[in-house]
Amino acid sequence: MPSLDDLRKRISSVKSTQKITKAMKMVAAAKLRKAQEMAEKGRPYSDKMDVIIQNLSKAINDPSNAPRLLVGTGEDKTHLCVVMTADRGLCGGFNTNICKLARKYFNVAIKSSKNLKIITVGTKGLDQLKRDYGKYIIKRINLKDKKKLTFLDAENIGKQIVDLFKNKEFDKCFIFYNKFKNVISQIPQQQQVIPAKLENTDKKDEEKSSYEFEPEEDEILEDLLPKNISTQIFKAFLENSASEQGSRMTAMDNATRNAGDLVDKLTINYNRSRQAAITKELIEIISGAESL
Amino acid sequence: MEKNFNLEIISPEKILLSEKVNSVIIPSFEGEMTILADHIPLITFLRPGIARVEGSKESKYFIEEGTVEFSNNTLIILSSTIIPLENIKSENISKMIEESKSQLNEEKLSDKAKYIASHKIDTLSKISQ
Repeated sequence: MPSLDDLRKRISSVKSTQKITKAMKMVAAAKLRKAQEMAEKGRPYSDKMDVIIQNLSKAINDPSNAPRLLVGTGEDKTHLCVVMTADRGLCGGFNTNICKLARKYFNVAIKSSKNLKIITVGTKGLDQLKRDYGKYIIKRINLKDKKKLTFLDAENIGKQIVDLFKNKEFDKCFIFYNKFKNVISQIPQQQQVIPAKLENTDKKDEEKSSYEFEPEEDEILEDLLPKNISTQIFKAFLENSASEQGSRMTAMDNATRNAGDLVDKLTINYNRSRQAAITKELIEIISGAESL
Repeated sequence: MEKNFNLEIISPEKILLSEKVNSVIIPSFEGEMTILADHIPLITFLRPGIARVEGSKESKYFIEEGTVEFSNNTLIILSSTIIPLENIKSENISKMIEESKSQLNEEKLSDKAKYIASHKIDTLSKISQ
């Protein structure tokens, strides 16, 4: 049985922890609103980009001439995985979920004897992956000192990926990130960016050739596809940051509640032992008086 | 009455503009292009230049690159580097010109990159006048 003093100390320590988690929750809630807004504002760009690429790729009749970024190298040997995580912890299962999905994929890829290359974005993912997959990691991108992520950052990463592709370093590229569904649920996602994955929409032939292209289709695609990769990465950034804040908010909310429960339990314990001490003293006095 | 059509200018961060306009002049990669209502569906991309929008009021934008789609009487301009002309500061312009000039001096530059850089210098020096 801990002494009264110990209990008092524990209660105050849990209470101050609770204060911290509560503050973190508030901060996360405020940041979440901003991040969510940004994610929503950024959506039209990537949506429209998708539509244009779909329209363009429909116009390409001869896949052998199409840009490599669209159709791939025709091989499936080396996979590049871009794992995008947060730079900060204390956000529930956010980072772990992404890493779990990535690990699962890595194991499948290694088993089917594919070459694996990993780029980590954000430090938390690196920490989790470097022990098991350290030898596959070819690049570590750290955005810790960036306060706000801009499109330029995404463009930089996109350029690096495209350069690697042009040097024939890999055949397929995937990005891993958390998709923001709502505050309590974020879904880890694996998305193929190279070759660009196109949904097969069944539209009639007459719509196919209705666009006028200037310059030629493949020239536009050549310009557009690298941009599309940057856009996808930027989208992943936005989704990720909204997810991170949402996840942190829920985690901190839970932590605050747990701390409250703990304080209640400890207070009951404290009162009980205090009462027990008083009763013991009384008994001692009474029995002392009786024996006289 | 002049026919109008929808114009949407979208940057990765947000929708910059969404309104009905009469005509838009865009610096397409192969030359300037005026878009009026009922244009045939078109996809093209842009070089550095100035986009002029004529609608209820006139506005100008400096564009470095971008992609344009016109369909169903809606013109969509996707660009990560688009700034309303009045928001550009003159000291930034001279800095950008310097940058492009030093870019031009690099030897291994492709023709396309040269073309883009020289247009950027042209446009920027026009603005600064």
